[in-house]
This record gives sequence, C-alpha cells and structure tokens, in this order.
Amino acid sequence: MQKIGVFVCWCGSNIAATVDVKAVAQALKNEAGVVFSTDYQYMCSENGQAMIRQAIKEHQLTGIVVCSCSPRMHEATFRKTAVSAGLNPYMVEIANIREQCSWIHKDIAEGTEKAIVLARAAVAKLHKNAPLTAGTSPVTKRALVIGGGIAGIQTALDVADAGFEVDIVEKSPTIGGRMAQLDKTFPTLDCSACILTPKMVEAAQHEKINIISYAELESLSGFVGNFTATIRKKARFIDEDKCSGCGVCTEKCPSRKGLDEFNMKLNKRGAVYIPFAQAIPNVAVIDAEQCLHFRTGKCGLCQKNCSAGAIDFEQKDQLIERKYGAIVVATGFKPIDASAFNEYAYNDSPDVVTSLEFERIMNAAGPTKGQLIRPSDLKHPHEIVVIQCVGSRCTEDKEKGKPYCSKICCMYTAKHAMLVREKYPDVKVHVFYIDARTPGKNFDEFYRRAVEQYDVDYIKGMVGKVAVEGDKLHVQGSDLLNGEQVHINADMVVLATAIEPDPTARSLGTMLTASMDTNDFFTEAHPKLRPVESPPAGIFLSGVAQGPKDIPETVAQAGAAAAKVIGLLCKNELTCNACVAQTNEAICNGCSQCEKVCPYGAITYEDKEIRSPEFRGIRRIATVNEAICQGCGACTVTCPSGAMDLKGFTNSQIMSEVDAICR
Amino acid sequence: MNYSYYPGCTLKTKAKELDIYGRLSAAKLGIILEEPEHWQCCGGVYPQGEDEIATRLSSIRALAAAKEKGQDLITLCSACHHVLKRVNNDMKRNATICQRANNYLQLDTPYRGETEVLHYLELLRDRIGFDTLKSAVVNPLKGVNIAAYYGCLLLRPGKEMGFDDPEDPCIIEDFIRALGATPVKYSQRNECCGGYLTLENKGAAQKRAEAILSSAADAGAEMIVTACPLCLYNLKNNAKTKIPVKYFTEVLAEALGVKEEL
Amino acid sequence: MSLTNKVTAEDVLRISGVDASRCMQCGKCSGACPNYDEMDLHPHQFAALLRKGEVERLMESNALYQCLSCFACSQRCPRNVEPAKIIEAVRLTVIRQKGRNYMTADRLPEKLDEDLPQQALVSAMRKYSK
Repeated sequence: MQKIGVFVCWCGSNIAATVDVKAVAQALKNEAGVVFSTDYQYMCSENGQAMIRQAIKEHQLTGIVVCSCSPRMHEATFRKTAVSAGLNPYMVEIANIREQCSWIHKDIAEGTEKAIVLARAAVAKLHKNAPLTAGTSPVTKRALVIGGGIAGIQTALDVADAGFEVDIVEKSPTIGGRMAQLDKTFPTLDCSACILTPKMVEAAQHEKINIISYAELESLSGFVGNFTATIRKKARFIDEDKCSGCGVCTEKCPSRKGLDEFNMKLNKRGAVYIPFAQAIPNVAVIDAEQCLHFRTGKCGLCQKNCSAGAIDFEQKDQLIERKYGAIVVATGFKPIDASAFNEYAYNDSPDVVTSLEFERIMNAAGPTKGQLIRPSDLKHPHEIVVIQCVGSRCTEDKEKGKPYCSKICCMYTAKHAMLVREKYPDVKVHVFYIDARTPGKNFDEFYRRAVEQYDVDYIKGMVGKVAVEGDKLHVQGSDLLNGEQVHINADMVVLATAIEPDPTARSLGTMLTASMDTNDFFTEAHPKLRPVESPPAGIFLSGVAQGPKDIPETVAQAGAAAAKVIGLLCKNELTCNACVAQTNEAICNGCSQCEKVCPYGAITYEDKEIRSPEFRGIRRIATVNEAICQGCGACTVTCPSGAMDLKGFTNSQIMSEVDAICR
Repeated sequence: MNYSYYPGCTLKTKAKELDIYGRLSAAKLGIILEEPEHWQCCGGVYPQGEDEIATRLSSIRALAAAKEKGQDLITLCSACHHVLKRVNNDMKRNATICQRANNYLQLDTPYRGETEVLHYLELLRDRIGFDTLKSAVVNPLKGVNIAAYYGCLLLRPGKEMGFDDPEDPCIIEDFIRALGATPVKYSQRNECCGGYLTLENKGAAQKRAEAILSSAADAGAEMIVTACPLCLYNLKNNAKTKIPVKYFTEVLAEALGVKEEL
Repeated sequence: MSLTNKVTAEDVLRISGVDASRCMQCGKCSGACPNYDEMDLHPHQFAALLRKGEVERLMESNALYQCLSCFACSQRCPRNVEPAKIIEAVRLTVIRQKGRNYMTADRLPEKLDEDLPQQALVSAMRKYSK
C-alpha cells in the first residue's frame, strides 16, 4: 500500500474563489492510502515546495498528488520537488483543478465537488504508478533552416556562429527572400539591399553554412535531435560548381517571354536568368517552360556560349538525405492576389499596382530603373492614391481577404508616400486609411513626418470604387472626418495588399506535424512564453511564417529561434520521455498493426522465445525502441490483443481514474 | 430541352422586346420555354426584411410551380431574377422564413428551395454554351462595338446571386463576342442606373445615367445592351449622352436571324 | 408626423438580420455609395448609430428614400455587415407605422411618362409604402 500525500493549491484566488480548497484537502484525507493532506496559497512557491519536501520526508510518502493548475504549467516543477526529496519523478500526479475546474465553474459547491472527484481520480491512478526511468538519445549537431529570407539567414548565421552546421533550404534559385525585393526600409529609410546583401554574403561564405537553393523539403522522419530529412534539389540545368555567374547565357537567350518574378512580373526575362545582380548563389537557372531547347529541341544558344561549360540540359532533380537535430521554419510570406479586388480596377488597369509592385518600380534595379512612371504609358504620374487595408481585416470572404491586420502596411505606405514626395515634390499623394497603426520604436514619428513634413494627404476612410476613365483613374472614397465623399482623378493607385503565409506552408506544416492556425500561420508552443517554438519538440519558428511582422521583429525572432536551436544542439544527449510504449510479450501475437500506426517508426519485430502457461516456443513479438517512441499512444489503442501499453498511462491506470470518477 | 419561364409584368407590357426576342431566340436554339399559367408579379424589389413573408409569396408560388414540373426556372428581367433567386435562397437557407412562408401557402408538399433559378444568360453560358451559340449565329454583328450594362441586380450580392464576379464580370462580354460583335469594357458597367429613384429624385437618377452613358461613350460604345427594363428606361431617358440602348435578346435575335419587326 | 410605435435597435437588428457589431467603421460602404451626395446620413452611419441605439435619428433620415438598393455597400463591405439591409429595416419600421407611407398611389399619375416601365412603379410602391 502506498503512502500518499495530497497538496491542494489555492493559486491565489484563481482556484480558491471557486473551489473550497480546505474542504478538498479534508475530503481527500479519507481516501485509501492518503496519509497526509493539506492546502496552501501558492504550492509552486518556494515555501509551497518546501512544505511538499518536508511532508515527503516526515510521512515517508511514496507518491504525491498536487491539486493545482494544468500539468503543462507545473508538472515539471513538482517532479523536481519530488526528486529533491528522494522520490521518483513519476510518482507525482497532478489533478488539474484550475483550467478544468475553477476557471470554468462559477458555483463553489459544484466546483468543490468536481475538484474532489478529480483529486480522487489522481489518487486512484497514483496507486498504480511505478517508478520510471527515462532513457537518453543522442543529438545530431546540425540544423535545417527552411527558407532563405532574412529570417532564415539570420537564424542560420546565429546558429553557425555558435559552431554548429546549418543547411538553408531555399525553394527559389536564390536566397534573399522578400527583403531583397524592397527598396528602402522603415523607419530609417536605409537601402534594403545595402543591409541585406552583406548578410547574404556572410551566410554564403560561412564555413558552417551550406545553402541548398532551388530545393524543397520532400519528407521528414524522426524526432527532436534525430530528424532525417529528404530534400529535393530541383534541376536548374546549370552546373552550380562550374557556373561563374558571368551572365553571358542570359544575354544570348532568345526567349523573352518569361515573367520576372523578382520584379513582381512587371517585366520579362529570358528563359535562362539570374534573379538579380546580388543573387546567391550567383548562378543562372533555366526555366524549362520557357526554354526553346526544352520546347522545341532546338536552340541551345546558352550552351554554345557558355565558356565554363556549365549548361546541363540533362540535369535531373536530386534527392539529398541528411540528419538534423533541429529544424527551423522560416518560410515567410507573399502578398495576397489582388485580382479579387477589381472594385479597385486591379484587373482593368496596369496603373493600379500592389505595394510590392510599387516597391519594384521605385527600386533602381527594378523594371523602370527606379524612375516613377506608370506601367501603362510610361508617363510620370502627378497624383497617386494609396489604399490601405486591401484584404486585411476582412472577415467577409476567406478567398478574398484575411481577418488579421497585416501589420506592416501602415508603415510601408508612409514610406512609399515619403519616398515619392522626397524624390518628386510635384506628385500629390493621398492615402486612404482606416486606422494608422504605428506602434514600434520611432514608427509613429515616421508616420507623422509623412503628414507634417512631406504633406501627404491622409484621408480617414476607404475607397469604394476605382474607375478607369480614359487615362485617369477616378477614385471614389469616403472622407469620414469631413463627412463627405471624395473624388480624385489619379494617375496611379497603389493597393497596400495584405500578406499571407507562403503557399508551401500548409504542406510543410503537415509534414512537420507542426500546428497551424486557420490562416496557415505556424502556431507557437505558447503565445507568450514559447513564441519561437512549435509544439512538436525540435521544430522552431522564425519570421512571418509565424505571423505578420516587420524586419526588426523578424531579425529578433530569428535570433531567438537560433538561441533555442543552440540550446538544443549543445546537448550531447536528450532525456527521452519515460512514458513510452511497452509490449506484453505473453499476449503479443506479432500482427503488425502497431507498427503500421506508429508515426515515429519506433516499433520493430523480433522472434523471441516465449514461455507462458499457454504457449511455449518462438513467436514474433513487437519491440519498442524507447529512444524513438514519443508516447503518443497510437499503438496502445490499435493493438487488438491489448498487448501494447503506455508506461505512466497504462490501461489499468486510466481505468482506475475512470472508476474513481464514476464512484 | 424544356424549362419553366417566368417573364414578369414588364415583359408583358413595356418590355415586350425583351420577352419576344428571348422566346424567338430560345426556339431557334432548341429551347422550349414554358410559361406557368398563374404567375404573379415578384414585386420588383427583393424584400430584405427577414420578417417580410407576404412579399415573398408570389415568388415562391412561381418557384414551387417549376418544382412541380421538375424544371429549372428561367428568368429574363434582372429584377425578377434577383428577387426569385434570393427568395429561393431564403427558402433553402433560412429555416424561419421557409417555415412561415409554407404556413401561408399550404402547398401539398412544402417548398424548400428545390428549384434552380437560372437567368437566360446563364442558360446560354452554362447549358447551351457560348461556343454552340456562336456556331448558331447566322448574322454575325461584325464590327459593332457593344457595351454590356450589368447594373446591380444580376451581380450583387455576389455570394447570393452566383452569377459572375460582381466586380469583374464577363458573361455579357462573352455573349457579345459569341454574336460576332466587339465588347466594350467600361468602368460604370456594374454601377447603378438610378433604379426606382427616377420617380422620387429625378436629378439624382439623371446623374447616375449620365455617368454610365458618358463612361460607355468614352470607351467607344456604339450600343449598350441590358437585361433590365428599368435600366433601359433610365439609360435612354435620363442621360444627356445618347447611345442606343437595347435588350440583349434583341441583338441575340438579330444575330440568330430570327428578329421580326414588332 | 409622429411615430405611433416605439422602435428599438433590437427591432431593427431583428428585421435586418444584420450583426452591426461587426462593423469596423472603415467607410468602404460610404465610399462605394453611388447616391452619397443625396443622403443626410450615410451607410456607415447606419451601422454606427444603430450600435448606439439611436434609431430615431435613422428613422428621420431622408437616406431611407434616397437609397438605390444597388447593394454596392453590402457587396464591398469587408466585414459582411450589409448596410443596405439596415437601411431597409429602418425604412420598414417607418412605413409600417400608420400614416407614414412615403409615396402614395395618388401621387403616381404625375410621375408617369409613356416609356416608364411597370417595374419602376411596382418597385417604388414596394419601397416607399405599405
């Protein structure tokens, strides 16, 4: 018979306001095996823990039940307390009388009754607990970063600087991401490329960083510290080792129909191209859909002109398999498709552009060489209207808009307005806004500068219609402060479109078993306290993949994710979960059902000699690799003979709990 | 193929062309339109109030009659189409309206929105196909620049009407193209013509009509086609700018070679 | 003419079936309205005043009779508020009151002309009277 201690926590008024904690402690004294029962204001406090330690020693307790908050909060705390008093950590049970009781009840009598029932269930389970010892598993000291934008680059640099190998897998032909497309950055207006490209170069030259561009994660297996990834490196039809990035092929290519993705498809590019001047790797890529050689079997001009002999039309996709200890998701974002917004004439006029398109127009390396001219007639515009919140804060239609605030648009719009006014004082800029949201260091000052110093016309209201009338864009909107409808004959309209997670995020999330929200942003393990971790151990989050954020926030989060990765990789081994599956060899008949459902590949079969009253001889038996098993329990519910059981959560333990609740 | 056909009041009087050319063209295309015997006026405007039951009943009777015959219900007038389509949606999706309406009607079997309401243009696009239409054209309207006027009622609310992209429709332009003419796109094609306000505030209705006509004229339109008698009236009578405005069925009949002088 | 029956915001919400609390006052409806200049109150104000319970102000508004029911406001609303339904519900609360018909049949003859389609008369009577 065990000697059990029960400790009921008030959690200040969190529990005590809805549960009569003294009555709970009193009621539990009558449970079989309970030799000590008490309550305390904050059981997790040093005094509370001291009380537990003292009781364990004084009453020679064999196990304890703490009635408190969710085990997700303090199970680890109380296990440590128990260990320091000489108990096995798995002889601790938590009855969650806060989240599952006091927080959801209003009536004290009801709350108290339920708390007693939950505590009894924990006692009943504890009677069947046995001390458990956790195994260990080794850590592969290499990290995989998925996505080579500023988030991925920063995380990779920080992890590599700590001395660990990092692979960056980037799906496009170059790293750099969205930040590489930006002209200037707020709130300092420094040139985006000038601050990004040194980081790109640093990553490329870092001896610990390996950039795998034009590649995507194909599959993943394993668990924290021991992931195995298969990466598909797409054929770019260029030998990366031979190509010097001279660009001769891109000049000779006769195809000019491909749309330049880097310039938001505002201009054309050849079928063989280097995305932009500072691309890394500075290596060409062939777009097979546009390439005349692939379309007709002829041409081959690039091959004839390549002095390095780098063109390889026979190149095939390559699969790379590699082991990693940690994985970082840094897949970033894209602007939403504005074609759903034809009330703003996005489909009707090339002079209605998204903000990222406008960014390229303003950029010296962009399609207009940085000259502000209209795409339709290449004329200089004199009046520009910017519409904010295009597709943000939209709950009407999931296909059309996003329910969240995209966070960066107020600031980049102020930036655009200022850049235009600075360079072209003759151009009038009107900005329709719902709210100017500028929290951030020096952000509001920046926005006010646009208003006060640059005389940007901010109109509180929204545009209802943009009508193409001749070569003008008739903008009809509301001015809510002046109580009137305004009509502006503009030359260009800029749509500050919402941002959304990269389209690859959803399938990647499924592959990683990482949780995602309904907008396909990756969910953090805890929104406040574990903001850069995904719930599955060993998966970390960096940048906009987790939620809209600007560059400084992205870089900060990238560093935080790196710190978590480093913390993991500097361990030589990880303590495994002690609550793993085990086979009752006397019952197992080797049917293979458990092996099929195990998501971790932890179950194998061995021929074993069985000596039981019913059977003597050799039989095929399931064996669990305890270093790999994550204790999910899938095998235990699948096993038709009941041979699989989860240590710490055995069928008999669960049944005891249920019996106690139904008593 | 046989369909139930709801003409509506105006098509029996001021908008005979819309009706007659629609029927002649349908016959040419092998479509038989069957007019129910006892249809009543839809009311012209959709009753948006959720507690408006009586004003929905005439539409439901027409819808239920089509259901009895096991036919889809074809409409021509934009307003009738708007009203019938949305009332039908109510009968499908709004349990309270459905129950209250059925309490009034006492039909043999309650009506629950089973009938599919199709506008004539949807019939052309989705059942006949514009390619088939194109091949049936005997007098292609070559070189004629025609502007489609959609107005409000066919398109909005987009989710309920399900007719076309409410901000970037193309069905009438595709129709015009099938007839051999050249569609003219202009910005005001899905903005309001002034509607019934022509009775209450003539000045405002005139402003709306002029905005549409001048926008179409600037875009080079030689003719405007519409599916709505009130739109046709407003565009013809309330704008200073003059461009011929016709029902889409009239140009259809012309292209199919079945147009008769009325 | 005074109102015989008191109308509350709840009445309007019930008749319209609209959740005005979803409105974020972006003003896109009033930016879209093709008859804005003829109205003393505008679509976004119908949502805002309804939230404040100021139904009487709405009931006295001329916008009730200037609204074209073109559904541009409802279509373009990013929050699915449907201002057209609010306007219609308020109008119904007025014209359902005794002696509050806005347009009566005896006024119609003066408005007729040879081309005017029946649809216009039917629509106007449905909108303006009970």
